[in-house]
Amino acid sequence: MGNFDKKLEKFWSVFYEHQGYTKVITGLENTLIIAVVGLAIGIIIGTLIAIIRVLPKYRMLPRILNGFCTFYVGLFRGTPIVVQLLVTYYVALPLLGINMPALNVCVLVFGLNSGAYVSEIMRGGILSVDPGQMEAGRALGLSYRVAMMKIVVPQAVKNILPTLGNEFIALIKETSVVSFVGAADLYVAFNYIGSNSYEFMVPYLVMALIYIVLVAIAALLVKLMERSLRKSDRRN
Amino acid sequence: MIDVIDLRKSFGNLEVLKGINITINKGEKIAIIGPSGSGKSTLLRCLNCLEDPTSGSVIFDGVDIADMKVNINIHRRHMGMVFQQFNLFNNKTVIDNIMLAPVHIGIQDLRQKKLKNLFIRGRNFISRDKKELYPITTSKAEIKTKAKENAMRLLKRIGLEDKANVYPSTLSGGQKQRIAIIRALAMNPKVMLFDEPTSALDPEMVGEVLDLIRQLADEGMTMVIVTHEMGFAREVATRVLFMDEGKIVEDNTPEEIFTNPQNPRTQGFLSKVL
Ligand SMILES: Nc1ncnc2c1ncn2[C@@H]1O[C@H](COP(=O)(O)OP(=O)(O)O)[C@@H](O)[C@H]1O
Ligand SMILES: [Mg+2]
Repeated sequence: MGNFDKKLEKFWSVFYEHQGYTKVITGLENTLIIAVVGLAIGIIIGTLIAIIRVLPKYRMLPRILNGFCTFYVGLFRGTPIVVQLLVTYYVALPLLGINMPALNVCVLVFGLNSGAYVSEIMRGGILSVDPGQMEAGRALGLSYRVAMMKIVVPQAVKNILPTLGNEFIALIKETSVVSFVGAADLYVAFNYIGSNSYEFMVPYLVMALIYIVLVAIAALLVKLMERSLRKSDRRN
Repeated sequence: MIDVIDLRKSFGNLEVLKGINITINKGEKIAIIGPSGSGKSTLLRCLNCLEDPTSGSVIFDGVDIADMKVNINIHRRHMGMVFQQFNLFNNKTVIDNIMLAPVHIGIQDLRQKKLKNLFIRGRNFISRDKKELYPITTSKAEIKTKAKENAMRLLKRIGLEDKANVYPSTLSGGQKQRIAIIRALAMNPKVMLFDEPTSALDPEMVGEVLDLIRQLADEGMTMVIVTHEMGFAREVATRVLFMDEGKIVEDNTPEEIFTNPQNPRTQGFLSKVL
């Protein structure tokens, strides 16, 4: 164990005395920014797609939009997120002549990617609401849109929220690939500490612990949310 | 009040309604009976276009609401519908269930009037012949207060005013269905459509729901009821339609239908259920 003590010492010297912790904090920030903003973008895109996909398809426009959404969801669910990152950063954006910081690209790609997953979650949530709820609203003279927004979506959201929490946890874990396009996340921070102390065991161990704690906190929040939702079911 | 003319409805290749003609006059109480799968629910749901008819017309107050170009939402306000499964909004309290549509529609109308007035003001500003504004006699707050008063009055009527702030999941089937009925009444409908309103109820709760429907009938409400309660149909209806295989086979007074059915299929059906 004397060996491990030495490793700890080396880690501590780079982490603390050589300001490695600032990189860790930046990495942690970036991880959270990508996961939180990505999920927010995902929720917006996912809601739009889910609404388009459950819309009645009598007319031409909903059908065309639906086709596009099916393609979009298939594309983003059908390829690994690393590939999406690399293609966006090194192919799509240069071809479009757009210059964007790596972090922004990551937020964008994680948002687009999670939009595809969230749309499926939302669609499932909307379809799980008894169709009688929509019918009762329509029978009272409410429009499709109003019945959807006031009656169906609130009930769907209740079913969806815990699943969205799990999507957030998945996003946190997936952010560990953003260094592929040069964004500074936890991996970059601990890799830096490792390289500068010529010792990788402790940095990667600490990195793993941080991920475990992050996910545990998120999971706890999801559980609390689930419990408070169940409570409002019983309320009278 | 409602004229149904050569109404047909198909689901894919299955023709469920095969040319229905009915005239429903104000104040009539029409019971629709017939074997299950004969198209009773589909007919009722075509009356307010919850199912879009495949062909034919449903003329309500002079407007063919089966025409896809009419704004169906405006006409549905005047037709109350009560479902077998109650369909109270699970995410709303009882009072909010009753107030939702009246408040929403009241506010929507108010907003539209205000928007129109804005245009008229703009027009009046540049043009010489001044047009009159739509009178605005109410406000959002007033619409809400009135809707609430009306909802409470209806709840008192059925003796459930103490349930105003509970969620539907805490109510019995009979309570849910009576609330579903007054939720429809809160819109002041000209006609009420009931689709087997007591079929999902425990036997001991059938009575309270039928009593409420009977009261409405006595007050002169025009109604169409799909029902398996033959005794109730006989007592309350002014006219009974017997449906089989997507057609109205017999259309007569309850007296005639139940004591002297003409069609062999009506006779067969009644001998099984009575
Ligand atoms: N949405 C639908 N899609 C396909 N078939 C339907 C639909 N609704 C009803 N049907 C069919 O139409 C027929 C008549 O149904 P319905 O009007 O519910 O009969 P009833 O109310 O007299 O029991 C049945 O064969 C039923 O399976
Ligand atoms: Mg039926």
